[in-house]
Amino acid sequence: MAFAKPAATLRSATGIPTGRLAVWWLLASEVVIFGGLLGTYLMFRLGHPEWADAAAHTNTWIGAFNTLVLLTSSFTAVLAHQAAERGDGKTAAKLLVLTIGGALTFLVVKGAEWTIEITAGYTITANGFWSFYYTAAGLHALHVIAGAIIMGIIAADAYRGRELQRVELIGIYWHFVDVVWIFLFPLLYIAK
Amino acid sequence: MAHTAVAHQHVDHHAHEHHGPQGILKYIWSTDHKMIAMQYLFTGMFMAVVGGYMAYVFRMQLAFPGISVPGFGQVSPGEYNALVTNHGSIMIFWVAMPVLIAAFGNYLIPLMIGADDMVFPRINRLSYQIFLASALLLLASLFVQGGGFGGAWTSYPPLSAVGEYNQTDLGSSMWLGAVALEFVAFLLGGINFITTLMNARAPGMKAYDIPLVCWMIVIASILFMLSVGPLIAGAAMLFFDQTIGTGFYDPARGGDPVLWQHLFWFFGHPEVYVVLLPAIGITIDIIATFARKKVFGYKLMLYTTVATGVLSFFVWAHHQFIAGIDPRMANVFMVTTLLISVPIAELCFVIIATLYGGSIRLATPMLWALAFMAEFLIGGVTGIFLGASGADIYFHDTYFVLAHFHYTFFPIAIIGSFAAFTYWFPKMFGKMMSDTLGKIHFWGTIIPFNFIFIPLFVLGIGGQHRRIYNYEHFPELAGADMYQLRRIATYALLVMLAFQLVFFYNCIMSWWKGKAAGKNPWQSNTLEWTTESPPPHGNWPEGLPNVYRGPYEYSHPDREEDYWPQNEPG
Repeated sequence: MAFAKPAATLRSATGIPTGRLAVWWLLASEVVIFGGLLGTYLMFRLGHPEWADAAAHTNTWIGAFNTLVLLTSSFTAVLAHQAAERGDGKTAAKLLVLTIGGALTFLVVKGAEWTIEITAGYTITANGFWSFYYTAAGLHALHVIAGAIIMGIIAADAYRGRELQRVELIGIYWHFVDVVWIFLFPLLYIAK
Repeated sequence: MAHTAVAHQHVDHHAHEHHGPQGILKYIWSTDHKMIAMQYLFTGMFMAVVGGYMAYVFRMQLAFPGISVPGFGQVSPGEYNALVTNHGSIMIFWVAMPVLIAAFGNYLIPLMIGADDMVFPRINRLSYQIFLASALLLLASLFVQGGGFGGAWTSYPPLSAVGEYNQTDLGSSMWLGAVALEFVAFLLGGINFITTLMNARAPGMKAYDIPLVCWMIVIASILFMLSVGPLIAGAAMLFFDQTIGTGFYDPARGGDPVLWQHLFWFFGHPEVYVVLLPAIGITIDIIATFARKKVFGYKLMLYTTVATGVLSFFVWAHHQFIAGIDPRMANVFMVTTLLISVPIAELCFVIIATLYGGSIRLATPMLWALAFMAEFLIGGVTGIFLGASGADIYFHDTYFVLAHFHYTFFPIAIIGSFAAFTYWFPKMFGKMMSDTLGKIHFWGTIIPFNFIFIPLFVLGIGGQHRRIYNYEHFPELAGADMYQLRRIATYALLVMLAFQLVFFYNCIMSWWKGKAAGKNPWQSNTLEWTTESPPPHGNWPEGLPNVYRGPYEYSHPDREEDYWPQNEPG
């Protein structure tokens, strides 16, 4: 039996649709999670100039490639939102699948990168820098995985023309995942 | 996507009245906010019994070291540590939060703002299920190899990070996992509360028409959401330190144990206000109803609460005065800490001013609300001793601290919950509670409570350190006079626990045989009292209410009745 939404869900005393409001609050809670982690990392990094030696072993080109992949996937997410606004669920779904493709590419590249690093001995316990490197990127990767799964569910709905407003919501979330990476990339790869 | 929402507006809200799952599933798989509130409430009450039992066991050990505690047996040092740690964790994370925020937030917010449910009922259900999983994980952690985690509810590394130190390898990780799951549950619930209050209000209900308890629960949810993030990151780091051997908190490997203290208390201090605010909201709503008087300074109260919330993010290091922080920083945090007593005092004055000149009815809920004020004041005032860094260096980690925060948390978590429970019981179960039994239970709780913790203040000033399993090992703390005070506290605890039986008896008998409550037994104004008791699925079957005025229009001079429901036109 399909779930019937209560009247409360459809009200909008602020004029902002409830789903969008909730996503922004979700992102606010995410900002402090990543903010706490990256703030801690920054304080440690400033206190440990020698971590630059460890950071020198990260591969900036792989990081840059992944940045490009994520940015492109954000672009397809925007196109999906546009299609959903037009009421074109089928196109929106296809564009979301492309976005998922970006997420998967990102994860595959990341997996390969980590494999190379771990076999070279740079594991999470190697030193403080690597601990933060894997923790921060791992937490981000978890968000990529969660986003991709939710996007799949939304794409399946959108394809049948249902819940099209959710295409925008997952888009907002996806931009956030993108923005986190924009912070991680310079902090973990470029600062050497 | 505003147009999508608008397109749905014309859908008749009765159309969604489905019957949902049947039988037992109706209770455990429901998306109805009232049922989820009950789930939180009963889980919280069960955990309160567990936490109370733990307090009983370790208080017995403290008063009569080495005794075989009836119902437990002899307490080993490891068990003692696990008991105090989990007592603290349970009372804050699995009693205060689920009962005050989740249970009453869930029950009251939709009913008080005139909505038929939360805006995301299925996320609401998921939130409870994750919470339940966290509670089960915590309880399971007490029975694993090595026993439950014993590193205190603050879980400072390196003790919490290294299995060789805490001797509870599995227990510590399970404890951490349980706390993390609990955070997830409350983040989901919090987003639901915030968006529901923002968007799902009844037509006509403006920001200042919202009952203060709803505001307080939502502001508390926002505080929680903004403070817990760094600790979630910190918990992930601690988990890696425990399980795969990273060195985030290990100074030998470039880490820093004080980092945890910062992350923990950046959350931990706002957390005090996260649970305090709902209790204050409950108190002010009850006091307005039973003083038959408009709240003195609705907006003042609201702005003060926001000020408290903002300030609460800048006081955390007063927990770390002796952790080696720079004394100049300690001064800054001392100033912010003492500053925060200003808005809190203001909240108390608003409550007192509301009482002034009212026609006060001393029903059981009102007694609880007044007791909350009186007892919390003692907690607040003793906090000033600890906020002053000079005094704190002496008091730190003594029973003075312990008595202080029990004088804040007990009024919040226990008195506040009893106030809310006795006030809204007629709405929740459709029956009146016995006022006589209610008053016996009230005095049987309040008097022993003071006899537990006033002796502990004295012991703390006398230098009795916390977290000590057996004071016999410390000759200067093992004098007969000190043991006398310890025993007074323990006896008082036994009396208080015994009087809780009156409460459970009252609940069951009132629910079974109590007088029918009717819609509005307290002659209150807010919307939850305009529907049946208990409200049916959808809350107002004959159509959702509109709102015409604020929630506290008591004793209006132009009216014969001394109350004026929010939904009454004209």
